[in-house]
Amino acid sequence: MAGLATTFGSGAMTNSINEIENAQVILVTGSNTTEAHPQVARRIFDAVDRGAKLIVIDPRKTLLAKRAHIHLAIRPGTDIPLLNTMMRIILDENLADDLFVEMRTENFHELRDMLFRLDCQEMAEIIGVPLEKIRAAAQIYGRAQKAVVCYCLGITQHICGTDTVQSIANLAMLSGNVEKEDTGVDPLRGQNNVQGACDMGGLPNVYPSYQRVDVDDFRLKFEKAWGVSLSGNPGLTVLEMTHGGKDGPVRAMFIMGENPLLSDPVQEKVRETLTNLEFLAVTDIFLTDTAELADVVFPAASFAEKTGTFTNSERRVQMVRRVIRPLGQSKTDADIIMELSRRLEYPMHYQSSAEVMEEIAMLAPVYGGMYHDRLEGSWGLQWPCWDREHDGTPFLHKYYFTRGRGRFVPASYQAPAELPDGDYPYLLSTGRVYHQYHTGTMSRKSTLLSREAGEALLQINPLDAGRLSVRNGDFLKMRSRRGEIKLRAELTDQVREGEVYTTFHFSEAPINLLTIAAQDGKSKCPEYKICAVSLEKRTEG
Amino acid sequence: MKDVLTTCVYCGCGCGVYLHEENGRVISSAPSKKHPVSRNNLCVKGWHLHDFIHHPDRLTQPLMRKNGKLVPVDWDEAFAFTASELARIRQERSGDAVGFLASAKCTNEENYLFQKFARAVLGTNNIDHCARL
Repeated sequence: MAGLATTFGSGAMTNSINEIENAQVILVTGSNTTEAHPQVARRIFDAVDRGAKLIVIDPRKTLLAKRAHIHLAIRPGTDIPLLNTMMRIILDENLADDLFVEMRTENFHELRDMLFRLDCQEMAEIIGVPLEKIRAAAQIYGRAQKAVVCYCLGITQHICGTDTVQSIANLAMLSGNVEKEDTGVDPLRGQNNVQGACDMGGLPNVYPSYQRVDVDDFRLKFEKAWGVSLSGNPGLTVLEMTHGGKDGPVRAMFIMGENPLLSDPVQEKVRETLTNLEFLAVTDIFLTDTAELADVVFPAASFAEKTGTFTNSERRVQMVRRVIRPLGQSKTDADIIMELSRRLEYPMHYQSSAEVMEEIAMLAPVYGGMYHDRLEGSWGLQWPCWDREHDGTPFLHKYYFTRGRGRFVPASYQAPAELPDGDYPYLLSTGRVYHQYHTGTMSRKSTLLSREAGEALLQINPLDAGRLSVRNGDFLKMRSRRGEIKLRAELTDQVREGEVYTTFHFSEAPINLLTIAAQDGKSKCPEYKICAVSLEKRTEG
Repeated sequence: MKDVLTTCVYCGCGCGVYLHEENGRVISSAPSKKHPVSRNNLCVKGWHLHDFIHHPDRLTQPLMRKNGKLVPVDWDEAFAFTASELARIRQERSGDAVGFLASAKCTNEENYLFQKFARAVLGTNNIDHCARL
């Protein structure tokens, strides 16, 4: 989210999910929307039924790509050249929104200078898509009065993720496609409350509501509210913690409801770090692979056993309600934290989650008007919601960007950290499937979901499979410079020759044994979408 | 027997879902008709949202590692040991020797308390979660 925060001043979906169905043009990039965000895909199909044009940028021929008016099947990692080429075409064909650029943005000259140095034909060769097709897409997007860009982890999980996000923002600003209803830039958040966990300051550099820890005014405000002195040094990111190894910077960890052993790249490094900690505590509802390494495991209550709020991808804060008592002796995470805090001589006194929310409303400006009693009587409120009288904000940046003027930040092509070569000739991307979710802790417990998708499958092009004498369902040995796993082949023309795709849901085929540690320098997002692997048919089991 | 309106825990769409409870068990899920996102529709994961709640593998008591094995203990022992280890590391090294991973699966209120615990009690900003994964 660092990318949008730099250009717009706020890193979140600028629209509501329902606005997507009113857009005239929808550009989807780096998102397998039908599988990962079914409700968003439904809005996209509704919009297409009403006559909207759909452009999909994806190396794979996903279900959405098959339904697109234009499918730009780019080479993995060439998003920036593509976006730059589209912008150059928009400039050349006078489709830029000059008034918007003049009134609402800054630093345009830097972008323009970079674009005028581009050789579009050369770019098209890097991208692997004919220039005419790119031109058609640029014209459709540039001419639209209401256009939405949806993107997801296919954009951010690259070493150049932040730059790519900024390029998407550049494209939207250049054609004036932000700051209006049904028009904007929409990063789709993968998890139910990933937006909320960020909003609440579950990040090393900010307090709740993105107030930086290294800005004295913010630090003093929280010191006063909490009655303690606080550190002004930004902390470590997740990979700095989980990739520290034997002598890493953290010697103890407290992990609440996460499974880094399966979700983080380079599994061996994570295992080495976690097993060498002096102390590891995990709270979870199941004994995850990570919890099995812990010194203490706290049984947590599930979402059906507690009351609180989640914030969805469109910034909507809504109620989670208790249906049953916590199972067995399990306790809510809130109760566990409060008891530990009391024992460490910092008692926290909250009678209910509503009381916690009152403190959040006091300290986090964008949540200033979020009170449980207001959320109870509505479908939730979308932040920013400044005070009790405020009705929330369905779309962002109306009249002006959060940061004042939108800032153009030009970016250039950066080759991926590891590309296929003679020893490792295939390019591996990882992602999700419709019937499973993340590390499978919850979804694999469902018999039906596991019946539909019960094991990891490697999508491989039939031509490649032929060369390896592999048939549908055969076992393959897949190796990278980091490790080796075995999994079954799924022959499909969704992937091109030389490219393979699988998921990270299954601990039996832990794909993150293979992925690389390379990450985006700004957002610290790992490059899950590209690494080089070799394949071999496995004869026994 | 009751139906409780709540929010789905799978993807970031945030559908409104009714959980149906009978005799202390959650037995089915159904979409909210008027919720702005779900609009009487759920994906396959949403329809099976209740499946994992009563799964036999749910953890129901605290575990602690003794002689290399995780064994059931009571809450007091688990709390006491955790508190003493965190206090020891804070004293011997510093709060910055402790790392916290918050959760995109927990509520806003819990994430708020968790980062407050890391920052106010351990005095460290070493807190992150899987936002990028």
